[in-house]
Amino acid sequence: MSGEHASTRLLDDYARGDTEMAVDAVWAVEAHLETCATCRSRLAASVATEVPGIAALLDTVRAGLEPQLDAAVRTPSRRHRPRWPSAWLTPAMAPWLTMIAVVTLMALLLDALAPPTFFGDVSPVLAIAPVLPLCGVAASWSRGLDPAYELTASTARAGLPLLLRRTTAVLVVVLPGLLVEGRLTGTMTAAQWLLPSLAFTSTALALGSLVGVTRAATGLAVAWGVVVVAPTWLTGHTPPALRIVFQPDQLPVWGLLLALGIGAVIARRNAYSTL
Amino acid sequence: MPTTNAADTAPKTYAWEIRAGGLRVRVGRKKMAVDGLDLCLDIGTHGLLGPNGAGKTTLIRTLATVLRPTEGELEMLGTRVGAMADYRALRRRIGYLPQDFGYYKRFTVREFVEYMAWLKEVPKADVPAAVQRAVERVGLADRADHRMKTLSGGMVRRAGIAQAIVNDPAVLLLDEPTVGLDPAQRLRFRELLQELGRDTCVVVSTHLVEDVAAACSDVVLFADGRLVFQGTPDDLAAAGGPEHPGGSPLERGYSALLQGSEQPGGTW
Repeated sequence: MSGEHASTRLLDDYARGDTEMAVDAVWAVEAHLETCATCRSRLAASVATEVPGIAALLDTVRAGLEPQLDAAVRTPSRRHRPRWPSAWLTPAMAPWLTMIAVVTLMALLLDALAPPTFFGDVSPVLAIAPVLPLCGVAASWSRGLDPAYELTASTARAGLPLLLRRTTAVLVVVLPGLLVEGRLTGTMTAAQWLLPSLAFTSTALALGSLVGVTRAATGLAVAWGVVVVAPTWLTGHTPPALRIVFQPDQLPVWGLLLALGIGAVIARRNAYSTL
Repeated sequence: MPTTNAADTAPKTYAWEIRAGGLRVRVGRKKMAVDGLDLCLDIGTHGLLGPNGAGKTTLIRTLATVLRPTEGELEMLGTRVGAMADYRALRRRIGYLPQDFGYYKRFTVREFVEYMAWLKEVPKADVPAAVQRAVERVGLADRADHRMKTLSGGMVRRAGIAQAIVNDPAVLLLDEPTVGLDPAQRLRFRELLQELGRDTCVVVSTHLVEDVAAACSDVVLFADGRLVFQGTPDDLAAAGGPEHPGGSPLERGYSALLQGSEQPGGTW
């Protein structure tokens, strides 16, 4: 017998139901089989060679079943939609992504039409970019917006894997739009808004393990709106404290926030299984 | 031809499919919907009976791992369900039909069940066959390529049952599955329940005593978040006498057992 697995002779004896086999050996073999899939497959092989009676019985049953199984005609599936989008997005997500695209477009128009002084010296795209993905993230994991939420919540993929898929999908849709816009308006470098928006997203996911992702994402977006966008809009000037936020030399801070968010998500990965 | 493999020779390493000890589940801020429940369930069809507001739905949602237990122990298929557990392996072996389940109206029945099979991590190669089998078992094969929004209420519910059994669950949780089914469908559904109960731990919550009589091997009577009675339908019938209200022996047994835990709120 090797150090880790049951010997073939033992398994053969066990498969035959050998009465000669000592009781403690039977126990040991069974205890090992419970935890060792390799030995179970070897046991299955032993059954075939050592106990032709049982193997023949199984074969007879399978042979009897097979014609019935073959007779069951599979109705050809008429496929209306490809399968991959629902693997990445809630099937109820399309209107929300459209809305986000429209918001991006509006910001672009505002940027192009309004004189720079109208919105302070901060581009409106820059002002909304950090929180735009949050709206998508909030919508993709919301009990109210996803009709099959209750069904989804009890499945194996629910929790962090599905959450990350959906977040990725939102980012894939939102970020290229912002990227094109940033290039067109030329008012900001990609890093200036990309890092904040990723930092906000990871923070939302991290907070989500405590209060629910929808609540966390909505809360952050509203907070950003109240603290940054609204004062800028009303006064026409970015409050000096917030202007610092947009300075390129604040990038390490955003990077740190992003890293902290990701770290928190990894640390609390099991807390997402029930949201 | 398939051969015997390691999965066929795998043993069951737990005594009960579902075992709860002193289980308490809080709903909202104050209400303990399940309040100190001790329950052991093994393979078979278990009818979960109880008055409205007894906590049946909360219990089923907890068993489906949608809600987290507040206190006490819950072990399913040998896995401890706790605060920071990874439910992935356990959830692959659970089937769940909520009381009001939402679905995507534009999906066909097949797409819906396929999507649920994907969510339940059914191996990709097995999905088409598993979906077809589930749809056939609930008698929706002729409607499999119709959109969900064109189905009647009873058919939607059957599609819901199909998604619950698509992963061949070891624990199947059905919350009021017979609502909206017509009498013929209900008979067919009871047959399906009996069939499933042979190798699965099926928990059916219902308020229809006759469903339990016809389909269940075991009755669990539940009131105010606590277990009142567990036994066979015959035991339940034996608990009632002619002096108890009800139209059948089971109903009389039901009212006899619930008399002790009558709520002071009124006659309803």
